[in-house]
Amino acid sequence: MSKVHLQIDGKAVEAEEGMTVLEAAHHAGIKIPTLCFHHELEPMGGCRLCMVELDFGDWTRLVVSCVYLVEEGLVVRTRSEKVDKIRKGILELQLAHAPYSPQLNRWAEEYGADRNRFVQDASFCIHCGLCVRYCAEVAQKHAVGFIDRGVRKEISFIPEIAARECNDCKECFPLCPTSYLQAAFVLTESLAFPRNGSAKAGDSAESAS
Amino acid sequence: MPQLRSPDQLDAFRQELSSSGDADTPCISVCAGTGCLAYGADQVIRAFEAEIGKQGLAATVNTKGTGCPGYCEKGPVVVIYPEEICYLGVKPEDVPEIVTRTIVEKKVVARLVYSDPDSGEQAIRESDIPFYKHQERFLLSSNTRIDSKSIDDYLAIGGYTALSKALFRMTAVEVVEEVKKSNLRGRGGGGFPAGRKWEGSRDAPEEVKYVLVNADEGDPGAFMDRALLEGNPHSILEGLIIGGYAIGAHEGYVYVRQEYPLAVENIALAIRHAEEYGLLGENILGSGFDFKVMVHQGAGAFVCGESTALMTALEGRAGEPRPKYVRSNVKGLWNRPSVLNNVETWANVPLIINKGADWFTGYGTEGSKGTKIFSLVGKIANTGLVEVPMGITLRDIVYKIGGGIPGGKKFKAVQTGGPSGGCIPERLLDLEVGFDELTEAGSMMGSGGMIVMDEDTCMVDVARYFLHFLSDESCGKCVPCREGLRQMDRILKNITEGKGQDGDIETLEDLSELAMDASLCALGKSAPNPLLSTLRYFRDEYEAHIKEKRCPSLLCKDLVKYYIDPEKCSACLICLRKCPEGGVVGAKNMIHVIDHEKCTSCGVCFDVCPDRFDAVVKYSGEPVPPPIPEEQRMIDRKKKKDHEQSPSAN
Amino acid sequence: MDAERIDQIIEPYQGAPDLLIQVLLAIQSECNWLPEAALRKTSEKLQVPMSRILHIATFYKAFSLVPKGRHKVHICTGTACHVRGAPRILHTVQELTGIGAGETDLELKFSVETVNCIGCCALGPVIDVDGKVHGNVSTGDTADILEQYK
Repeated sequence: MSKVHLQIDGKAVEAEEGMTVLEAAHHAGIKIPTLCFHHELEPMGGCRLCMVELDFGDWTRLVVSCVYLVEEGLVVRTRSEKVDKIRKGILELQLAHAPYSPQLNRWAEEYGADRNRFVQDASFCIHCGLCVRYCAEVAQKHAVGFIDRGVRKEISFIPEIAARECNDCKECFPLCPTSYLQAAFVLTESLAFPRNGSAKAGDSAESAS
Repeated sequence: MPQLRSPDQLDAFRQELSSSGDADTPCISVCAGTGCLAYGADQVIRAFEAEIGKQGLAATVNTKGTGCPGYCEKGPVVVIYPEEICYLGVKPEDVPEIVTRTIVEKKVVARLVYSDPDSGEQAIRESDIPFYKHQERFLLSSNTRIDSKSIDDYLAIGGYTALSKALFRMTAVEVVEEVKKSNLRGRGGGGFPAGRKWEGSRDAPEEVKYVLVNADEGDPGAFMDRALLEGNPHSILEGLIIGGYAIGAHEGYVYVRQEYPLAVENIALAIRHAEEYGLLGENILGSGFDFKVMVHQGAGAFVCGESTALMTALEGRAGEPRPKYVRSNVKGLWNRPSVLNNVETWANVPLIINKGADWFTGYGTEGSKGTKIFSLVGKIANTGLVEVPMGITLRDIVYKIGGGIPGGKKFKAVQTGGPSGGCIPERLLDLEVGFDELTEAGSMMGSGGMIVMDEDTCMVDVARYFLHFLSDESCGKCVPCREGLRQMDRILKNITEGKGQDGDIETLEDLSELAMDASLCALGKSAPNPLLSTLRYFRDEYEAHIKEKRCPSLLCKDLVKYYIDPEKCSACLICLRKCPEGGVVGAKNMIHVIDHEKCTSCGVCFDVCPDRFDAVVKYSGEPVPPPIPEEQRMIDRKKKKDHEQSPSAN
Repeated sequence: MDAERIDQIIEPYQGAPDLLIQVLLAIQSECNWLPEAALRKTSEKLQVPMSRILHIATFYKAFSLVPKGRHKVHICTGTACHVRGAPRILHTVQELTGIGAGETDLELKFSVETVNCIGCCALGPVIDVDGKVHGNVSTGDTADILEQYK
């Protein structure tokens, strides 16, 4: 792997070809906030918190650092008026869903985000997708997934699979920034897990019809 | 079915087709596009077939169901060739007369031709009708000449000449150069130079590449691609094969929205026919070039029109766009070089190859060459599809072609670019239509939807409509779009319901900035455009809604109250019967009065009150006059009649 | 749901996960909804996890996880129809059928949907019931139109 030299917040950083700007920053000890990033997962680029400003001289560009690959001579700013404004906006929108999330509140203080700016919605999920992606890519059980789209999007456990797999795993639980995941699991368990104990896929469907 | 294995065989076959049909053979073309079918065009076609059979003319007269000619306002449209006589609004009952008078006696049925609404002047030939006269119909004109389900018809008018030329007389590089020289810009919305996109894929080192047709046409109010795909599917297919040859792709996909079943049917049929003739598949026309095309249907998601989402959907996944910093023409479908272009863009390719880039650049403005098809809809007299050279003014489109605003209403704005675009007010009507010109005015070309609005359209409601649409269609992956648009929709809903507050406009502007800067894809990034353009040109309407709780256009249901003018009411009982809430109090000879306890402002009374009375009035931002006392509501019919007839009443 | 028929539909798509959306469209067209058993079959034959099938079945508007009504009432809410008064037509349809867009009534008689442009803008506002397009609809006409359907 050849080396790539870039500048982050005025600091000279040496990275390897194929690294993302986020990875390079982490290695150089520069912190960039993220919600949907996890080192074992394919980057999703959804939360937009890790956005940084790239300086190309007469023009700048805003990109998500978890996806953008390092380039020779790149000049990166992880904080700027624009970047901070974006982060503040994102935090305020997310806090409308999960006003008591410790992670969100820590950043809210740093970026001056007002938890009450927007009308609060009765959902704690902030759609970071960590649980869904972890279960699909790392655990490879596909026990929890997204359904629907847009503002109606939700995570949903598949009862037959979850009943079989989750109690011995629960590796996704600590990933959830808001504890909604644990709540969703408990709810699914009490309402929808197959009753006959030795559940296998198709059982509950057959017995119901 | 011949397998055509060389350009010469193709030419010979084409000759055969042209000579077997005499140029003077009468042909009855009935538009069989979805729009005219809704008007009952299939019955008209059957009526012609029956009448032709009855009069013993089946051997000498052709009847065809053709593609959309664009004049949707006047459907079903029938064009009689070779005279090009155009009949409008044809019903099955008219058919016997047409066959007898026009086909047999060679006379015109005057009541069915176009007649100018003001002067009464008639235009018999298609090309003389004002709607068509000011257009430049390179793409759409073929629609009336061919049966959309017939490859022979397409060949007879010169179809697949461009393919033959490209494969045998041009190298792949020369094809790319010609498209670059033409400055053909994407007709789907982005306006990106097609030639440059093709070149990027051409130069990519990968073996396997793809060419893709974006036929997802999700912009509400836009149906150009539908007309092209339904009416002349081979034109797109030909363009696609040429594109494949140019960049070195051997596989193409047509991604069609499933809401267009006729388009799906016709393109699939076209592909089958082309395969049968050796114009698709292995060793096309004996050139050694292999190419195959598959059709994929969409499943009802506007976001799949976005390029990365479309490719994700082609891979069998939920159509969520992906954040990409390497262009799709280098890493696209299955991470391979993929050229995705819109239907109309592909349809332009055979024209450019046949007539040359120099011909193409002869039309249009500096930055926008060729023609563009617009769907001209909304508050306009001549609704339909229009194909015009770039550089024509909006005013000409709205008035010369569109026939102006019906009902004597005043023009207010024209919305272009669909949900990603903006509204252009009257003072900018002399704007020359082009990609850059529209963007500068705060809108954009988009796919070509052109919605005309009049004094009864509320611009705050328009912004809310688009934001609601986009919030509903958002894939939900990124925060600025999913959450930002949701909050904006909510705020706009409150404003239109009279719950707007100070600071709302500033919040909307903040959220707009966030969506434009930080959204993952173009849906989110361009979502604020309708809001921002209406704020730019119609800010006073927003302020009236927020500060005065008044809708200047008298549209927003919660800000409008209805009142029956006792001077005009004739106690005809119509609104009383039609009111779904039983909210009209009155009787025969008793002036009707609205009970505001029950009224939901649905507007039915306003709709049904006969024009000659015109008694229902809308109020906004001020209280409705109190109802007149019951004693005064009896109508003395004789007294009323005298009053109406006396000179002082007029 | 005819299990054999479902097998016939899925058969040509076996082992082709990229054609998932196409096979689901075929099943939806056949059954008028996506029965769970059909989804399990699809998961097995196309080698696709159930979570992805459910995501797709709920992401795209063409699919339904519950049976649809006998008569599909589609109200066009495209921009041209909107500007010509479609919201009032939608409101009236909702009042008359008792259900909102995206819903089916309990007797499985009507399913109401909004669609974004049927392409009949000249006829706006437009309602399409079971493929028959009714154009230039007014709020007053709506009751008469719906009454025709049993």
